[in-house]
Amino acid sequence: MKEVTAFIKKEFMHIFRDRRTTLIVLVMPVVQIILFGFAISTEVHDAKVDIVGDPGDPSVQQVVRSIRHNRYLELGEFLNSPSEVNGRIRKGQTMAAICFEDRFDVKLAKEGTASITIISDGADPNSAQIVTSYIKGVIASEQFTVSSSMTGGSQAMRPNVQLMYNPAMNSSYNFVPGVMGLILMLICSMMTSVSIVREKEMGTLELVLVSPVKPFWIILSKLTPYLVLSVVNFISILLLAVYVMDVPVNGSLALLSLVALIFVGSSLGLGLLVSVISSTQQTAMLLCGMGLTMPTMMLSGLIFPCESMPVALQLFSDIIPAKWFIIMVKKIMIQGAGLTSIIKELGILSGMMVFLLWFSIKKFKTRLS
Amino acid sequence: MDGQTAIKVEGICKSFKETKALQDINLEIKHGEIFGLIGPDGAGKTSLFRILTTLSLADSGKASVNGLDVVDGYAGIRRSIGYMPGHFALYQDLSVEENLNFYATVFGTTVAENYDTIKDIYSQIEMFKDRKARDLSGGMKQKLALCCALVHKPDVLFLDEPTTGVDAVSRKEFWAMLGRIKDSGVTIMVSTPYMDEASLCDRIALILAGKIIDKGTPADIISRYPHRLFAIRGGNMFRILKELKVHEGIIRCSSFGCECHVAVTDNGPDASSLLDILEKSGMQGCRVEAIQAGIEDCFIGLS
Repeated sequence: MKEVTAFIKKEFMHIFRDRRTTLIVLVMPVVQIILFGFAISTEVHDAKVDIVGDPGDPSVQQVVRSIRHNRYLELGEFLNSPSEVNGRIRKGQTMAAICFEDRFDVKLAKEGTASITIISDGADPNSAQIVTSYIKGVIASEQFTVSSSMTGGSQAMRPNVQLMYNPAMNSSYNFVPGVMGLILMLICSMMTSVSIVREKEMGTLELVLVSPVKPFWIILSKLTPYLVLSVVNFISILLLAVYVMDVPVNGSLALLSLVALIFVGSSLGLGLLVSVISSTQQTAMLLCGMGLTMPTMMLSGLIFPCESMPVALQLFSDIIPAKWFIIMVKKIMIQGAGLTSIIKELGILSGMMVFLLWFSIKKFKTRLS
Repeated sequence: MDGQTAIKVEGICKSFKETKALQDINLEIKHGEIFGLIGPDGAGKTSLFRILTTLSLADSGKASVNGLDVVDGYAGIRRSIGYMPGHFALYQDLSVEENLNFYATVFGTTVAENYDTIKDIYSQIEMFKDRKARDLSGGMKQKLALCCALVHKPDVLFLDEPTTGVDAVSRKEFWAMLGRIKDSGVTIMVSTPYMDEASLCDRIALILAGKIIDKGTPADIISRYPHRLFAIRGGNMFRILKELKVHEGIIRCSSFGCECHVAVTDNGPDASSLLDILEKSGMQGCRVEAIQAGIEDCFIGLS
C-alpha cells in the first residue's frame, strides 16, 4: 500500500510542478465554462430591426412599441422602400427588416387582411432564424391585439408555445452539461494517457516495471490523481453553473455525482486505452484530440442534435460515452429527473466503463513491447 | 552462494522484424562476479538485458536469474534485481532525494533502512539532494541512478552501458564503486562499448551482431590471441595502413587512435623488417614496437 501512496504522491508532483499541466487541469475548465456560458452563446441580443412602412400607421406604431420593449430586439431605422433593406443588411447595419404593405391599416380595415414581409440575413442562418422567430412572436401578439380591437374579439386559432424547463431559452442550459462532459473527458483521458505515455517515452516506465509493484497498482496509481482532479473540476463547474450561469440543479446532487463518477471512470478507461496504443506523447495527444474530443463535440449532441444526424452517425454517436453522460446531466440538472428515468442511459454508461477499464487494464503491457 | 550460477542464458534468440538482434546466446554468470558484456552499439546488449530483467520476451531459448525463469518467475526476479537502463530513466522533475525515496518505497524499503548499501555513493551527491534530477551533471545522474538501482539491496545488478557519455574521471570512479559493490556480495552484469573497461571485469563476453564471439576472463581472451602484434607510431597513418595492408605475412592492420596495430603471422616480418618496409616506401621517422594484444585487438581479430 505504501508503494501505491508513493506513486500517487509522485504523480501529483508531476502535475503541480509543470505549470502548463496545472493550468490545463485546473484553470482551463473554469475558462471554458465561462467562455461557453457567456461569450459563446446561441442567443441573439439586441438585434437591430428596420421598419419599412408608414410611421404614422397605428399598427406600425404598435409593432414599433413592442420592439422597443422587447429585450432581444432593438429598433433600427424607418425606411421608405424594401429595396433599401438589402444594402443595410449587407453593411451590417441591421439584422432584419419588417416590411408593411402599402396603406397597411386601410387595407386591414377594409379587407380584414394585410401582409407583412420579414427580411432577414440568410448568410447567417442561425441568427436569422432566431431573429425571425422573435419578430414573428412580436407580430403575432400584435396581430392578436390589433385584430381583437378591430373586429371586436373574434380570436383566431393561435398556438401557445410553452418551453418547459427552460422558458427563457437560456443556452447555458445546453452548454453546461456539454462542457462538463467535454472537460471531464479531456482531463481524464488526455491527461492520463499523456502521463503514461510520457513515462514510456522517457524510459521511466521501464524502471518502474522492473519493480515488484504489480502493473495493476501502477495503473491504479496513475489514474487516481486524475480522478481526484476530476472531482475538483466537477465541483467547480457545478458551482459556476449554479451561481454564475443560473443553471439550476433540479434533481438529486448525489445522483448527478454518481453519474459523473461513472463517466469519469469510462474516460479514464479511454485514456488508458490510448496510452496502450500510442508510443509517443504526440500520438496520444492526437488520438485524444481527434479521436475523442472532436467526436464528443460533434456527435454527443453538444452542438448538433443527435436526432437530426444521418442514421450512421446516430449509431456512431451511441458509442460515445459523453453522449449518454450529457443526456443524463440534462435530465437530472434541468428536468429534475430521478433514477428511474435515466436507468437506461446509466446502464449503458456503466457498461462502457466496465468494458473500457477491463479491456485496457488487460491490454496494459507488463513488459516493454 | 559463491561459485553458484547467478544468471544462466541458454540458446536465447530474439528478432525484431528482419533484424536478428540475438542469435543463440549462451552465458553463465557466477554469483559475486562482475561480468562484462562488451560490444559496439547495436550488438544486442540492451536486448539481452531486457530479456534478463523480464522486460521483454525471447523468441526462443531459456534464461534464469537467481534460479528463477525469466518468463515464469518474473515477479520473483523483479524483487531481487536492480536495473540501470542505458538511458537516464529517473524522473527529471523530481529532486535527487525524491527520486531515491520513490524508488526505495516502490521496491518496498526505505532509504534509512538500506542507507549502508548506498552510503558510499550517495554521500557524493547528498549535498545536491534538493536539486532536480534534470539539473544534475552526467556523472551525478549516473551516481543517482546507481543509488536508485541499489537502494533495495538487490542480489543481482544489471547495468546497461552505465559509463556511456560519462567523462574519464567519473568512469574511473564508477568502476571503483562497482568493485566495492561486488565486494558486498552483489553479482553485477554490466555492458559497455568501451574495450578498455573489459579488463576491469572478472569475466567478459564479446558480443557482435547478436552473437557471442568469445567469452572468458580478460586474460584468457588475450592469451588466445593468435598472432604477433606490433604498434607503429608516427608518420602518415593512412599511408602506413595502405602500404602494409597489401604486404605478405601481414594479417591485418588497424588504426588505434594515433597508433597503428599490425597483426603479423608467425613467419611474417618482425619489428625491424616492418620498419624497413616503411622506410623503403619513403616513410621516415616511424617507430615500431612489439606489444601485447588488448581486448580491442582480440575483438577486431574475432570480428
